Amino acid sequence: MRDVAIIGIGMTRFGELWEKSLRDLMVEAGLQAIADAGVDHVDSMYVGCMSSGLFVEQEHLASLASDFLGLGPIPATRVESACASGGLAVRSAFIEVASGLSEVVLAMGVEKMTDLAGDACTAALATAADQDYESFHGVTFPGLYAMIARAHMERYGTTSEQLAATAVKNHANGALNPLAQFRNRITVGDVLDSMMVADPLHVLDCSPVSDGAAAAVLCPLERAKKIAKKAPVRIAGVGHATDSLALYRRADLTRLPAVERSAQIALRMAKRKPSDIHLAEVHDCFTIAEVCAIEELGLVPRGQGGDAARSGLTARNGRSPVNTSGGLKSKGHPVGATGVAQIHEVVTQLRGEAGERQVRNARIGLTQNMGGSGGSSVVHVLELI
Amino acid sequence: MSTVRVWRERRQRLLNEVARCKGCGKMHFPPRQVCDGCRGREFEMKPMAQSGQVLTYSVIRVAPPAFAQEVPYVVAVIEMEDTTRLTAQVADVAPEDMKMGMKVRLEFRKIRSEGRTGVIVYAHKAVPA
Repeated sequence: MRDVAIIGIGMTRFGELWEKSLRDLMVEAGLQAIADAGVDHVDSMYVGCMSSGLFVEQEHLASLASDFLGLGPIPATRVESACASGGLAVRSAFIEVASGLSEVVLAMGVEKMTDLAGDACTAALATAADQDYESFHGVTFPGLYAMIARAHMERYGTTSEQLAATAVKNHANGALNPLAQFRNRITVGDVLDSMMVADPLHVLDCSPVSDGAAAAVLCPLERAKKIAKKAPVRIAGVGHATDSLALYRRADLTRLPAVERSAQIALRMAKRKPSDIHLAEVHDCFTIAEVCAIEELGLVPRGQGGDAARSGLTARNGRSPVNTSGGLKSKGHPVGATGVAQIHEVVTQLRGEAGERQVRNARIGLTQNMGGSGGSSVVHVLELI
Repeated sequence: MSTVRVWRERRQRLLNEVARCKGCGKMHFPPRQVCDGCRGREFEMKPMAQSGQVLTYSVIRVAPPAFAQEVPYVVAVIEMEDTTRLTAQVADVAPEDMKMGMKVRLEFRKIRSEGRTGVIVYAHKAVPA
């Protein structure tokens, strides 16, 4: 297997982008990544997207993307793993380059969500849960994570204030990210006073509905050293794991075992341990998801994820910076794009191009992208060459 | 939700049928062809225990269109006395009276109806025991 590097990244602004269509978003992010890499062609591409069929009634997305990007008749593949579709696109591109099958591969993630009304969006997202045995009973995604939160509170004493501090921290980071959907700072009081969506989660515990796309160009590391315009970032480890779609079938309702397993695989491949990680982008679709994810990643001991944001541990200048981009909460969560957007942030940080939100001396970063209520997880470990 | 899709699940929805793995004894709802505990493929079909307790719950206040008229409503992960796990709504209880570990039993209730002319779907809801 060859070493693989990321040599180009691109990303649209995330938000309610009424003027931009699904294909506009893909083309904007893709062209940016190709220009950033400085390559004149792409051999193959992957598009991660959860549900363009439900959101804008368009399938057959990969061919649409390669067509409108003007890439010619290259192989183009769509991958889907709910909200982990973007991470899976990067992993698929990694495999294709590492195997020697292709030299330059574009990985992209996209979702165009705001053409649908809010309640139809909720229904579309619920298809990532077990339709016949969860959604059937009226359980929503906030509802599933709310049940994880309730179990975590009962077991470990985690509080609504601690969850709120996670959203406050991510908004403080997002305020410094020009591509973020919400660039306003919020307070713990704002979160606790906001509308309850699914007890104990308030609307400000939840990531928003968003439009957006992100892309990355991958090639063999040896080639990257010769052609890259900017410092190449090596993909040192890749991990992917699955679990039951349905939350109720998991032995421990405070756990996300797919996250732990995908992280173990990626860290083993990278020959790294959790304490080596200088910054992490994790899947905070809800505040409780960040709390659980940092426990599963080994960034904090089990049961202590709740206080990580409040204590400053995961702040931008803390010992373990988490979601310097603003996370899904503040940067926005166009579901299929998120996994690639996480890669975009870590590469930006490792290159030292993160401006006001730059983490000093960051050389090793991690991304964790989750599907559903933990039915899939994709982790990447990235290292500056 | 199409009529045939509702009909296909009738044994789970209307009879609460579960599959007990003959290899390791794990209870599966819905029934399945391969046990994820021991990979066994032989099961004994039986009705689910009708009493259990709430492992965790939430109160849904923003619902998909099919449940918009119901808010707020309680959903829960429940473990039955025979160790079967399932997700269900908890009815006949005020959200503020919900408690972790609460004892419940299953009742046969209307879950949803599809518009003015579509199928009316029935299945289990939990109620305080």
